Amino acid sequence: MPSYSRTATGGGIIGPPMSDLVVSRPEGLYCPPGGFYIDPWRPVDRAVLTHAHGDHARPGSARYLASRDAERVLRTRLGADIALDAISYGERVVHQGVAISLHPAGHVLGSAQVRLEHEGRVWVVSGDYKIDPDPTCAPFEAVRCDVFVTESTFGLPIYRWQPPHEIFADIAAWWRGNAAAARTSLLYGYAFGKAQRILAGVRDAGALDVGPIVCHGAVEVLNDAYRATGVALPPTHRVDDVAKADLKRALVLAPPSAAGTPWLRRFGDASDAFASGWMRLRGARRRRALDRGFALSDHADWPGLMSAILSTGARRVIVTHGNVPIMVRHLAELGYEAGAFATEYDEDAAEAGA
Amino acid sequence: MKAFAQLYVELDATTSTSGKLDALARYYATASPGDAAWATYFLAGGKPRQSVPSAMLREAAIEASGLAPWLFEECYQAVGDFAETLAHVLPPAARLSDRGLAEWVARLAALRGADPAEVKARLIADWDELDWNGRFLLIKLIGGGFRVGVSRLLVTRALAAHAGLDAKTVAQRLIGYTHINAQHDADAFRALIAPEGDVRGAAGHPYPFFLAHQLNGDPSSLGSPDDWIVEWKWDGIRAQLVARGGEVWLWSRGEELVTDRFPEMASLGTRLPAGTVLDGEVVAWRDGMPQPFAALQTRIGRKALTPKVLAATPVVLLAYDVLELDGVDLRDRPQEERRLRLEALVAAIDDPRLVLSPRVERASWADYATLREESRDRGVEGFMLKRRDARYGVGRTKSDGAWWKWKIDPMSVDAVLVYAQRGHGRRASLYTDYTFAVWDEGSEGRKLVPFAKAYSGLTDDEILEVDAIVRRTTVEKFGPVRSVAPTLVFELGFEAIQRSPRHKSGIAVRFPRMLRWRVDKPVEEADTLATLTSLLGDAEKRRTTTDV
Repeated sequence: MPSYSRTATGGGIIGPPMSDLVVSRPEGLYCPPGGFYIDPWRPVDRAVLTHAHGDHARPGSARYLASRDAERVLRTRLGADIALDAISYGERVVHQGVAISLHPAGHVLGSAQVRLEHEGRVWVVSGDYKIDPDPTCAPFEAVRCDVFVTESTFGLPIYRWQPPHEIFADIAAWWRGNAAAARTSLLYGYAFGKAQRILAGVRDAGALDVGPIVCHGAVEVLNDAYRATGVALPPTHRVDDVAKADLKRALVLAPPSAAGTPWLRRFGDASDAFASGWMRLRGARRRRALDRGFALSDHADWPGLMSAILSTGARRVIVTHGNVPIMVRHLAELGYEAGAFATEYDEDAAEAGA
Repeated sequence: MKAFAQLYVELDATTSTSGKLDALARYYATASPGDAAWATYFLAGGKPRQSVPSAMLREAAIEASGLAPWLFEECYQAVGDFAETLAHVLPPAARLSDRGLAEWVARLAALRGADPAEVKARLIADWDELDWNGRFLLIKLIGGGFRVGVSRLLVTRALAAHAGLDAKTVAQRLIGYTHINAQHDADAFRALIAPEGDVRGAAGHPYPFFLAHQLNGDPSSLGSPDDWIVEWKWDGIRAQLVARGGEVWLWSRGEELVTDRFPEMASLGTRLPAGTVLDGEVVAWRDGMPQPFAALQTRIGRKALTPKVLAATPVVLLAYDVLELDGVDLRDRPQEERRLRLEALVAAIDDPRLVLSPRVERASWADYATLREESRDRGVEGFMLKRRDARYGVGRTKSDGAWWKWKIDPMSVDAVLVYAQRGHGRRASLYTDYTFAVWDEGSEGRKLVPFAKAYSGLTDDEILEVDAIVRRTTVEKFGPVRSVAPTLVFELGFEAIQRSPRHKSGIAVRFPRMLRWRVDKPVEEADTLATLTSLLGDAEKRRTTTDV
């Protein structure tokens, strides 16, 4: 058994042992025996993608492999003509002796953990994941492995989510209260994943009678992709299709980047809110100076991260983007062989949408 | 606690004054007088003595959360608020209760001085009865860190509306209410809201202080200078000297009783006729000149005031208003009339410890502006402008005629950001508190010497930008502090500068803040220690050669 460096940063002078199934290279996380990358941040020959968020799925690679559920969104974002092999969850493909399969990560539509098997060793790269239920994507599946490469966006014990149905009840109550006061409810959230989860959430909270749901163009494009993939979403409208009087009762979903743009003017004195895991902290809520903050995240909270890691049965855990040093130290204290990969998954993007 | 927690959440969620008043009205309409008594105490800024030491709170928190101490510390650093951290990491409550606020305050008071093991066990049991908001508030109440963006003025208005009283009456009754030794039971609350005339103020209480507004720009907007009384703006401790019934009290603006810090003021008070209240500034004074504020701090900080300390830093009261004479409240009389009465009183008392804050008289605002340039030489901060017909208002109101402070522009240097620390409250998790350095041209080449910390002056957008740059340019992390590669230059303003052996640079500045971000200025062109020292030289020279 070779000895591993605690922090497998990769790309440096002393590389990690060649027997590792995943290493970090300047282009991204790399599988040496397979000769492919996972979520590379630079163009490469072969890229396996965990999901279609911009910091994980980047343009320019020659060939992509991703889940079937991710295909439509990927083609919208990276180009209709990319060379993409789409496989079902659980389906195995073998490349240069490495068996690759994709397993639901519960993060957004089509998100997958990448399972790699080579010469009896099993590694799983999580991408982004969440444990909480979400009717718009397949639920997180615990995959047994020797080594688990995990994200750590909310890798601090202060992050513990309320059950989603409670959050959606809060959102519904906020919407209802605004509508009663003839104020538009303007809810910011990431256009891909978060917005669709909110759509399904307010439907399941029984709030569709309150008023129409208006979606920003950036959101509507993804709604279409979700529906085309077979995900049921409640009816949504473009703003021009809704009568002015009805806008006062409307729930408006817009990406955070729409804040401060002329698009919002037509809503007048709207009540504004933001749906993101970062809203768990009062400081973050107050900094945004919005009326409400809903701590709704498409990432695992601290207990979720810990239970996911435990459920893989892995003895070795490598932590990527988020609260890396904290997770590594904590896991080491729990007896895991813990290390880290430096990645270029965009923390700023996470801050905006997570 | 549920009702108070609900009030807190509502106050915290809105920035509108009417929204806050509505929330307070709803609370007062249903709260029991006993709970309302404590709610008013906390909302009006009362700070109880800490019943559990912070270290013990931390130990209990770590024990209850089951986290490793270092991990708890990381959580605290990310949240930036101890009470909130605790609320986030404690396991869910097992047996929710609904005790009232007054009962919780009593339970906390009973923890003081108890056996540490017992205190910890009781704290952990208490937390088990409270939901997220309840825990958060309980820790805030223990630690004295309760703040909720409600001004005392707003509480006063809400209480006045609740009781159907004039706000001034409530303001007067609230004086001293936030003192820890005051009564905060149901009777005390009933006294606050009792009908007019039913309650007499306690003997030694001052009046609510009238506060000045900052004048930005040209005073010509205020009309003719003839309508205004102009005085220097003194840099001391704002205070009311109260002499009633043979006793004397000196109150600072924070409604803190500071009589024992200034025995010469206590002695001066005995020379005043009974039923006198003076408003003015306690200033360190030598040879007819105000001394830097730092001199006063030697008086405030000292545990024991030895004759040596008293002799080293003599103080006077620079009186500028009289609020009560012969037991009669003069606050509704015009400024001019109060001023004339004050002048007569000071002349009659004729005591070197009571100095009349002189009127400054010039023909035009332009002449005042010219004279204002001498402020720094004179050891003052600019001018105070008081309308001749102004009544003495409550707090920072304008309805009674305004007081304006027309301050001099601060001294400034261009300095380099070298350390950044995460802020607290709404700035938690953002790097908002900065340490600044200037170049020291030593024999071994140039190096940056830190000389000041500042955290105010930037817009929210600028803070976000600086935060991102701090993260990108971090050199080293020391807990919550990061050292950064020097890339950012700011114009740093400050009110005064002094030698200080305690600082690495040998210099201390007063009220430093960022005036603007010098995105145009390369780091190499930031100012030097020599520039700073020259400001120091100027200040020292002036202070010894000019008279008032």
